[in-house]
Amino acid sequence: RPFLSGPKQGELRCFKDTMYHKEKSIQIKNSASALYNNLSVLRIAPRRLTYFTVVHANVVNTVSASWDGLNYSHRQLQSKEPNVATSTSLIMQAAFCVLPSRDLLVVSSQKGIQMYESDGSIMVYWHALDTPEAPTAQAVFARGISAVSDNYICVGVSSGAVLVFDIPSKGSNITLSEVLEEHKEAITDIASECSGSQECLANLVTADDGGNMCVWKSGEEFQLLNKIPGLDITCSSVKLWKGTVLAGYGTGQIRLYEAVTGILHAEVNAHARWIYSLDIAPFSGLLLSAAEDSFVRVWHVSMTPETNSVEIAHLHNECVTDTQICGAKFCDGDGYAFAVTGYDLSEIIRYIQS
Amino acid sequence: MSLRTLPLVFINLGGEMLYILDQRLRAHNTSEDKSEKGVWSESDRRRVLNDIVGTMFSKSFMDELLKPQQLYSHRTMKTVLTRLAHTSIMRLNPASMDRLYELMIMAFKYQVFLCPRPKDLLLISYNHIDTIREFVRDTPVVMNQVDETHRNIIEVYSSLSEGQFQLLRQTLLIFFQDMHIRVSLFLKNQIQNPSGRFVLTTSGPVPYGADVPGLIRTFDLRGREVNRSEFPPGGTYSGLVREGSFDLNGDRVLRLGRNLYRVEHPEETQTSRTHSVQPDSAPNPLAKEELNQLARLMGSMKAENVPKGEPQFRINLFTTDQEEEAASGGEQEAMFQVINIQAVQDEQAASELARIAGQFTDEEEKLENPSSNKGDDLLAMMDDL
Repeated sequence: RPFLSGPKQGELRCFKDTMYHKEKSIQIKNSASALYNNLSVLRIAPRRLTYFTVVHANVVNTVSASWDGLNYSHRQLQSKEPNVATSTSLIMQAAFCVLPSRDLLVVSSQKGIQMYESDGSIMVYWHALDTPEAPTAQAVFARGISAVSDNYICVGVSSGAVLVFDIPSKGSNITLSEVLEEHKEAITDIASECSGSQECLANLVTADDGGNMCVWKSGEEFQLLNKIPGLDITCSSVKLWKGTVLAGYGTGQIRLYEAVTGILHAEVNAHARWIYSLDIAPFSGLLLSAAEDSFVRVWHVSMTPETNSVEIAHLHNECVTDTQICGAKFCDGDGYAFAVTGYDLSEIIRYIQS
Repeated sequence: MSLRTLPLVFINLGGEMLYILDQRLRAHNTSEDKSEKGVWSESDRRRVLNDIVGTMFSKSFMDELLKPQQLYSHRTMKTVLTRLAHTSIMRLNPASMDRLYELMIMAFKYQVFLCPRPKDLLLISYNHIDTIREFVRDTPVVMNQVDETHRNIIEVYSSLSEGQFQLLRQTLLIFFQDMHIRVSLFLKNQIQNPSGRFVLTTSGPVPYGADVPGLIRTFDLRGREVNRSEFPPGGTYSGLVREGSFDLNGDRVLRLGRNLYRVEHPEETQTSRTHSVQPDSAPNPLAKEELNQLARLMGSMKAENVPKGEPQFRINLFTTDQEEEAASGGEQEAMFQVINIQAVQDEQAASELARIAGQFTDEEEKLENPSSNKGDDLLAMMDDL
C-alpha cells in the first residue's frame, strides 16, 4: 500500500507528475470560506469511515464518508448564537482533536469555542470569549486549534492569548486550565508534536499574525521553551514534527526551524501567493502545502540525526484551476491520500497515490 | 470578523457605481439642450456625479462608516447605495438598482479576489478615489471633501498589519461568497469564465515583497547556506514589481480598481444570471440592529431638497439586448438582463427619506398588521425608496 516508508532519503522514489491522481470529489452543502486551515480530517479505522469538516461563514459542514465510497452522511452545525442574521457569529475554524480516550470536534468563532463529539451530534462544552465593554477596532475571535499531550486542547484568541482546556477522558467536565499570554498579535494556528515520539522536549507550537512563534512543553503549567521571531509576515499554518517546526507564510514561503533552538534549517520559496494550509504525514514525512495561487504541493522532509540536518525535497504539484485553496490535509498517516478545499467551491477534492 | 470593512466597501462599491453611471450618462450625451426630453447633457452628468460624490464623501457619512462595526448585509448595503444614488436628480427603479448592484458587487469581488497582497486593498481603493477626484475636479468644495476623506483613510488604515488586512479581505470574501453573476465586459476580457468564476492565472508577477517560487535553500547550524536546489513551480512567474504609492497622490502601479468602463460599448454593462445565489433580499425578522445602523447612516446623509418640476430623464443602458441574445444562441439560459436606469416620478422629496429613516424605531412599535412580520414591513418600505 504506502510505498513511502521511513525517512531515509535513499529509499525515496520521486514520481513527480504521476505520483497522485484525482479521485471522486465529495460534495458539501455549502462552499468553503476563505479561512486558514479550512479543512479537518478524522480517520476512524475501526468503522472504516473518514470524517471531513469545512467552514462556510457561520456554519460547519461535516461529512462522514465510508471507505467503500458508497455512503456519505452530512451534518451542519451552527455557531451557538441562534437566529442572528447579521454576520456576528462567523466561525474562524473547525478542527478534529484526537486524544487517547476520545475525539472531539472543536469549533472556534467570534463568540467563543464549542466542543462537540466528533460526529457533531452533541455539544459537550461552550466557552464564551470576553467581549469588550465598548466596541473597539480590534476584532474579537478564536482561531487556532490543537490537541496536545493526553488531555489538553489549546485554542488561540485574537488578543494573542492561548486558552488551555483540560479534557477528561469522558463527559463534559471540561475546564479552562491555563491562559498562555506570550503573543501580542492574533493567533493564526497551533500544532502539537505529531511524530508519536516521547523524546521530544517541545510538544506544542503557537503562531501569530506577525509570524512570531512560541514553542512550549505541556503540563499542569505549560512551559515556554523558545520564541522564534517573525518578520512581520503572517504565519498562517504551522506543524511540529520530530522537533522541527514547519511554517507557512503569507509571502508563500515555507520555513523549517529546529523548535527548541530556533535554528533555521531550510527555506522554500514555495508559492506565489499566501499559504493557507500545511499538513504533515507523520509516518512518512510527506508535507502538503496549499495556497491562494491555486497550487497544492507535496514535499518530502527527511532528517539525518547524525548531522542534525533537515532536508526538504519537492515531489508533486496539483493545480486546482481558478481556485484559491483554503484547506489541504492528508487523509492518513502515510500520506497515501489527501483532500483539498477552495474558496467558493462546494466540494472536497480528493487525490490518491497512483 | 473585521470591524474595518465599511469605509473601503463604500469607496469601492460606490466608485464602481460612479464609473458605470458616468459611462452611461456620457453615452447619452447628444445635446447640450437640457430641455430636450430623454437626453442627459454634460452639465447634468457632472451634476449627478457631484451630488453623489458630495454625499458619499461628506464628513458625517464617512465618520459613521469609520466607526468600528460589522459589515452590513447585502440588503442594507443596497438600500444605502440606492439612497446615495438618489441624492442626485436621477432615479433608479428597484429592478435597475438590483442589476446595477450585481454589477458593482462582481467588479469589487474580482478586485478583492485578485488582490496580490492584502494591503493592496488600499491601492484598489485609492484607484477608485483617484478617478472619483477626476470626476469632481471642477467642483473644489466636493474635491476637498474627497481629499479630506482620503487623508482620513490613509491615517486609519496605515496602522493595520498585513494579517489584519487579510482578515478584512477574508470578511469581504465571505460577503461575496457564492456570487457568480456573469458580466459581459469580464467575459469579453477573459477575466471571467462562462461559469461565472474568475480566471486565476498561474503566470505573471508575484506580489511585491514575495519571491518567485521554485527555490529550496538549506542552512547549517551557523546559518550559512549549504545547498540550493530548484523545483518546477508549474506556472511562469516573474519578480521585480514596483510597489504602488500609498500616499494621497502617486502611481498606484496596480491596475485593479481602475475604470474599465471608459470605452463606448453599451453591452459591457450587461449581466446574466447563472444558478448562482443572488444577494439575499429576503425580509429579515431579526435585523433590528441593522435597521438601527441603517437609520444612523441615512440620518448622517445630507438631505437634499429636490425641487418639484424637475424634468424627468430616462436612460437605457442597453440598445443591443436582442442582438446579444441572438449571438449567444446555443448557450444554456443566456438570460441577459437589461439594466434600465429609468427616471421614475418620485413622490417623496429627498428630505422625506431622512425623516423616515429617523422614524424607523418608532414605526416598528406602531405597526399592527398581525398577519405579517413587523420586520417585513419595515424592510419592504425601504424597498420602496
